[in-house]
Amino acid sequence: MYKLIIKLLFLYTLLFLHASTVNAQQVEMADGLRANGKIYVVVAVLLTLFIFLLIYLVGIDRKITKLEKEDKKQ
Amino acid sequence: MEVPRKPILNETIRNIYFHVPMWFGMMVVCACSAYHSIAYLRKPDLLSDFRATSYAGVGILFGIIGIVTGAIWANYTWGKPWSNDIKQIGSAIALLTYAAYFVLRNSITDLDKRARVGAVYNIFAFVMLIPALWVVPRMMESLHPGGQGNPGADPRDMDNRMRLIFWPAAVPGFIMLGIWISTLSIRIKKLNDKNLLHV
Repeated sequence: MYKLIIKLLFLYTLLFLHASTVNAQQVEMADGLRANGKIYVVVAVLLTLFIFLLIYLVGIDRKITKLEKEDKKQ
Repeated sequence: MEVPRKPILNETIRNIYFHVPMWFGMMVVCACSAYHSIAYLRKPDLLSDFRATSYAGVGILFGIIGIVTGAIWANYTWGKPWSNDIKQIGSAIALLTYAAYFVLRNSITDLDKRARVGAVYNIFAFVMLIPALWVVPRMMESLHPGGQGNPGADPRDMDNRMRLIFWPAAVPGFIMLGIWISTLSIRIKKLNDKNLLHV
């Protein structure tokens, strides 16, 4: 029984040591976008800008289509 | 193009070309919108109302793009997309004020009344925009560079090569893009409601 407790304590300290070394290594997360000097953040920003502008312009396009259809009817 | 090498920012400093001109564009189209609202109150012509709403719509578009691009940028530099930074809150307030403009307009069915109430509210919204984006951010601590005294960017962050792109190209380019999109939507409204306009 005593040995078992010692063993468990040993394991526990090992685990704790392991966890603290992992923390000490200063891991950067979300690596994809942080790679290459975070250049993909700029890509993401440009894509967002493009997508929003596209949505707005498609909206305008649909209004024009509606106008054209009404124009044909008359 | 080479850019200044800075810690944390790294290559994301290039976002200055896209995120910051959004707010320049928003200010300009919102100013145009307020101008046409004043014009409507001086001389009730529905065309002025069309212009005011189109410009305000593009203002909201630019504001949303500005907030979303800002959130993406912040996620990888400040650590999270929304940190309740005073400029983030200010721009959110400004956007909500303009969203309320459209809610208010669409709740009124009478055309002339809608235009008149809309014009009055739109002027109020523009007046709110100035403290939200220009005044309050200058008075409080912020994560944005520049800190107190400057609402957006720290002028020292950009070097001369970046300024050469930013001032003559990025800012006027996005301002003109906003005005162009607004004129497209004004022209559609003009065609759509031809019979309402006595021109």
